[in-house]
Amino acid sequence: MSPLRGFVLKEFRHILRDRQTLVILLLLPLAQVVLFGFALRTDVRGVRLLVVDPVPDAATLALRGRFEATDVFRVVRVLPTTDDLAGWFRRGEADQALVMGPRFAQTLARGEGAQVLVVTDATDPNTGSTMQAYAAAVVQGYERELRAARPGTPAPGVEIVPETRMRFNPTLESVNLFIPGLIALVLTVVSALMSAISLSREKERGTMEVLLVSPLRPWQIIVGKVLPYLALGFGNVLSVLGAAWLVFRVPFRGSVLLLLAECLLFIVTSLALGVLIAARTGSQRTAMMGALMGLMLPTTILSGMIFPISSMPAWLQPVTHLVPGKWFILISRGIMLKGVGLEHLWRETLVLAVMTLLLLVAAVRSFDVRLD
Amino acid sequence: MGTLRALLRKEFLQIARDRAMLRMLVALPLVQLLVLSSASTFEIRRASLYVVDEDRSGASRGLVERMAASGRFEVAGASVSMARADEALLDRRVPVILRIPLHFERALVRTGTAPVQLVFNAEDGAAAGVLRSYAGSILSTYSAELGRELRPTFQAVAGPDAPPTPGVPRIDVRTRAWFNPELNYHHYMVPGILVVLVTVVATTVGAMNIVREKEIGTLEQLNVTPVTKAQFIAAKLLPFWVIALADLSVGLLVGRLFFGIPVNGSLLLVFGAAAVYLLAALGIGLWISTVAETQQQAMFLSFALNMVYLLMSGLFTPIQSMPVWAQWVAQLSPVKHFIVVMRAVLVKGAGLADVTVPLLVLAAYGATVLTFAVRQYSKTTA
Repeated sequence: MSPLRGFVLKEFRHILRDRQTLVILLLLPLAQVVLFGFALRTDVRGVRLLVVDPVPDAATLALRGRFEATDVFRVVRVLPTTDDLAGWFRRGEADQALVMGPRFAQTLARGEGAQVLVVTDATDPNTGSTMQAYAAAVVQGYERELRAARPGTPAPGVEIVPETRMRFNPTLESVNLFIPGLIALVLTVVSALMSAISLSREKERGTMEVLLVSPLRPWQIIVGKVLPYLALGFGNVLSVLGAAWLVFRVPFRGSVLLLLAECLLFIVTSLALGVLIAARTGSQRTAMMGALMGLMLPTTILSGMIFPISSMPAWLQPVTHLVPGKWFILISRGIMLKGVGLEHLWRETLVLAVMTLLLLVAAVRSFDVRLD
Repeated sequence: MGTLRALLRKEFLQIARDRAMLRMLVALPLVQLLVLSSASTFEIRRASLYVVDEDRSGASRGLVERMAASGRFEVAGASVSMARADEALLDRRVPVILRIPLHFERALVRTGTAPVQLVFNAEDGAAAGVLRSYAGSILSTYSAELGRELRPTFQAVAGPDAPPTPGVPRIDVRTRAWFNPELNYHHYMVPGILVVLVTVVATTVGAMNIVREKEIGTLEQLNVTPVTKAQFIAAKLLPFWVIALADLSVGLLVGRLFFGIPVNGSLLLVFGAAAVYLLAALGIGLWISTVAETQQQAMFLSFALNMVYLLMSGLFTPIQSMPVWAQWVAQLSPVKHFIVVMRAVLVKGAGLADVTVPLLVLAAYGATVLTFAVRQYSKTTA
């Protein structure tokens, strides 16, 4: 038996023996992907609407009814004045207010232009502008309905009607967009944490000395340490992809085989990242914290999982190239949603492969064979 | 009191000695705050646009010009073939295609309405949604302008300045965006990201602290001293509480200087809330470290917890959009309540009366968690 094989076997036994950790490592990523897959939604729902209607009449009641009939708005209170609007917003008890103008039905009938003011809590700009657009659309729908009821009304100017097509995700389903990102995030952190821990623990416990004086070369130690976790990581891939398919019904339009291969590559990248972190840090504690804090937030924000990379400032966009998760998200969205193959994804795959190689070389290099 | 002082001195010395740890506690959060806050925006400046103009009329050229002049789009390619455009979309060279069909202008003049096609690459759904609303508002402004030009016989009957037309019902909608009229993402994101950064740092370090003493065996030494449980927990908690508060102050300063975040409410209230909140957050970290046997277990527990903090506190996606059961999970995260307080006080200028409910929740949280941590910690070894 070659030394490497023996070493790998020993590492596998180590992991298999610690049942508790093994179960955590297998179930945690799955649980997280399922939980966050349900929770992360960008569509705006349940907008808490205040109605300010000083003198209710037939028209204001009809417009109110229009809002209540949508599944977006929920009228929380009808107020007589605008005095306490800011208070409602500050307490976080309402998101939007619909203020009816004076003599609403009367001005409406005369064609003088009935006044409606839509006040939106725009603290969150994204949700705020969406709510604004929704509210305006409801009012305009009401206006259109009134006009349609009176034949002979002249057409208002011209209208260019946009016909929108959302290619690859026609309903902009949040789950389809977030699942690839969640997989990237969870796999990165879990894999990096695992390999960082396994190496730095040997360092801290002093068993690394034993390995260093053995005939094993540094790269063999790293391979032996990482290989079992590669298997574990692949188990994670299978479980989270299974959940994506069975629970969330995310489409798998491209080749599943290619997707699995890319996942494997991505796990190697993440493991290599963990090894590098472990090689560079002294204690388990710093290694783990480095892996967690250095990877969790940057992968979430800089990978394009939530915020579009095209909206980032120009100086920051090249920085995102350094985040492995970004490339994996491009690849997995390409395969799952667009159904394209390597002919469109070879560049991204190449970047990941080169990145992995560099990380591994850097890790082996900074792996100190001497103890101080 | 003397015992606690000595213990605190030891903890501070231990932290100050570990340079790598200190860097992680102070430098890492600040760098991340700067970089991540810059990245957290949905505002897209110049998106590449592929134009398929089949009409080649004055109106269609005007539309393309309008799109480019808005500053939101720049024309990155044009052809008359939809196939070439599709290829560009598939390759991610452009996120959006504008197709203006034949007889666009003629239809506008004759019937008053004409369609255009907008095809988005919804693979990046967030960007697609944002670009759709940009394009929509450019189209409606251009429609209004074209109306006056192409069909002068029809008076424009929309808009607040239009003269009254008897018999035509009209509603003038005015909109106001309160608290953040310029829709600045930094104002919304910086306070939230700062909270998560401070929390992740404080709870992770806190969680690792006791477990490490357990693993190294120094905890037993402490256990045989006359130190009481409460003293021990206090000594483990206070240093990180101070560091986290310091991180928060520097972070707020950076947010103010670099991102111009508003401070519309009282800073005293912010720090008061932070002081309470951090007791809860650190308490959870300590509780993890009394439960976990090894550093590895502590790490995975705090990883699982921090992911919930990060993704379920309303930092990125609105809590109201979550399924109801997930909204309850979100309520369990102290981060959620503190982010609410931070955003309300800083951006909306909320006072103590406005944020009483989340503050009480945080206080109750802190008291419960700390009681648990003290109870859980046992001075005898199994």
